Amino acid sequence: MAQKNFAGISVDVNDEGYMTNPSQWTKDIAREIAKEEGIELTEKHYSLLEFLRQKQAKGESLTIRSVGTSGFIDIKGFYQLFPGAPMKKAAKIAGIPKPASCV
Amino acid sequence: MKKLLILGAGTGGTIMANKMRNLLERDEWDITIVDQHKTHYYQPGFLFMPFGYYTKHDVVKPKTNFLPFGVNVIFQGIERIDATSDSVHLKDGTLLHYDFLIIATGTRTAPEETPGLTGPLWHKNIFDFYTYEGAEALAGFFKTWKGRELVLNIADMPIKCPVAPLEFVMFADAFFTERGLRNDINITYVTPMSGAFTKPRASKVLGELLVQKNIKIIPDFYIEKVDNEKKAIVSYDEREIPFDCLISIPVHKGNPLIGRSGLGDEMDFVKADKYTLQQVEFPNVFVIGDAGNFPTSKAGSVVHFQADVLTENLMCAIENRPLTDKFDGHSNCYIETGFGKGALIDFNYDTEPLPGSFPFPGIGPFGLLKETRTNHYGKLMFRWIYWHILLKGKEMPIDSKMTMAGKKM
Ligand SMILES: Cc1cc2nc3c(=O)[nH]c(=O)nc-3n(C[C@H](O)[C@H](O)[C@H](O)COP(=O)(O)OP(=O)(O)OC[C@H]3O[C@@H](n4cnc5c(N)ncnc54)[C@H](O)[C@@H]3O)c2cc1C
Repeated sequence: MAQKNFAGISVDVNDEGYMTNPSQWTKDIAREIAKEEGIELTEKHYSLLEFLRQKQAKGESLTIRSVGTSGFIDIKGFYQLFPGAPMKKAAKIAGIPKPASCV
Repeated sequence: MKKLLILGAGTGGTIMANKMRNLLERDEWDITIVDQHKTHYYQPGFLFMPFGYYTKHDVVKPKTNFLPFGVNVIFQGIERIDATSDSVHLKDGTLLHYDFLIIATGTRTAPEETPGLTGPLWHKNIFDFYTYEGAEALAGFFKTWKGRELVLNIADMPIKCPVAPLEFVMFADAFFTERGLRNDINITYVTPMSGAFTKPRASKVLGELLVQKNIKIIPDFYIEKVDNEKKAIVSYDEREIPFDCLISIPVHKGNPLIGRSGLGDEMDFVKADKYTLQQVEFPNVFVIGDAGNFPTSKAGSVVHFQADVLTENLMCAIENRPLTDKFDGHSNCYIETGFGKGALIDFNYDTEPLPGSFPFPGIGPFGLLKETRTNHYGKLMFRWIYWHILLKGKEMPIDSKMTMAGKKM
């Protein structure tokens, strides 16, 4: 298992840089991963990240569409927060596995 | 009499009706299967229709030809499952009770999820080939179309047979080359994924194939709407891609009956255990095929492998034993690459498609993750196998569990 250092803390990551142990996640780590993705996190980002982490912990499926129809945010807003590939970026920054919806 | 009820008489329901009728005593078990349509479609054949390679007779047969003697067949829409009282309501008001239920209602395309998709250009310049009607309309259109921008767009994942869109653009390349029109036609493959396919090694190999064939890939494109006036698809991050002919793979959802029954996720796919195939809340309800939220391909080959596991586990449940069999996510797909060649991928939940030979290590006859002529014949043979062996639930010389034998790391 690869390790990566964020905010002075060493965390487990896979070869694509996704954290493999969600319990190691902190807001500081999120800020640093976001920086690598070119995103400056705001309160809006953080509340969405928390929301995604809760959904993931409950074993619910995470896709752009499921997040966009959850009532929390719409798809357009999701794209504005995490431009380009919102689900992949948000999952990476939220410290949860890359969504396995793509099969 | 005890009752086994099967919802949906497509690939999975038909296989299970055949397998279970062979196993369950006729004087103890009543088996009933329900479907809204009398016609069975060979869906993989929809890929071949737009190019005139297959016609109606290759892909359409009556469902009853494949259902065994001794199974009650009801042609009627299913309204709702009431799993707390082990019963199912049909559209005409009929109420059916069951001891065990198999849900095999598949997935459907939902073009209405994308604004503008079914607008004025629908089936004029915009086609889907995932339905019989779409494939047939496209076959008519391609007979006279001269170009120029051919755009294929996958609206969202998951979709049925995730290699079919790749096969489509490679067929289109061959088809228009043979007609001397290829220089006048640009083919663009627009996908919400980061590359040609979902799994890294296959994505690389298939992506390179597209480049060789001069097919342009536009990744990470998540469609918001179709602009009918501009003839363009528009993404949520406001990129626009113009088309003269758009081939859309619409959003896929489960049947609305699953939502009405409270058994599914937000896309109406039944929540099921990916190993045991049991519905997560109701132990006497099982799921097979496209209807489930299984994280593997929605494909006929998957249905076939799941059928072995489901048969075993259903017998365990019926006999009050712990469920002994586990589905590993095994999927096996032939990929048509055009000009009489094909590729093949074999994978499961944990192992991505790898190169090698199949099913016999070193011998084949099929080559994994490479283009060969034999693979193309494999795909053509699949239609015969589907109608004559697969649907009837007969044994095939391929194990339902994926094996590493013959694969190269
Ligand atoms: C273009 C295309 C190419 C493909 N290529 C391949 C390939 O090369 N290889 C491969 O392995 N697979 C391929 N597939 C996928 C394969 O066809 C499907 O995965 C498979 O048929 C799924 O079987 P199923 O039993 O889950 O669903 P289906 O066979 O779709 O059956 C579902 C049944 O349920 C019935 N139903 C649903 N809701 C209701 C209701 N409310 N009331 C009554 N009846 C209902 C429907 O009428 C239908 O008959 C392809 C599919 C397409 C579209």
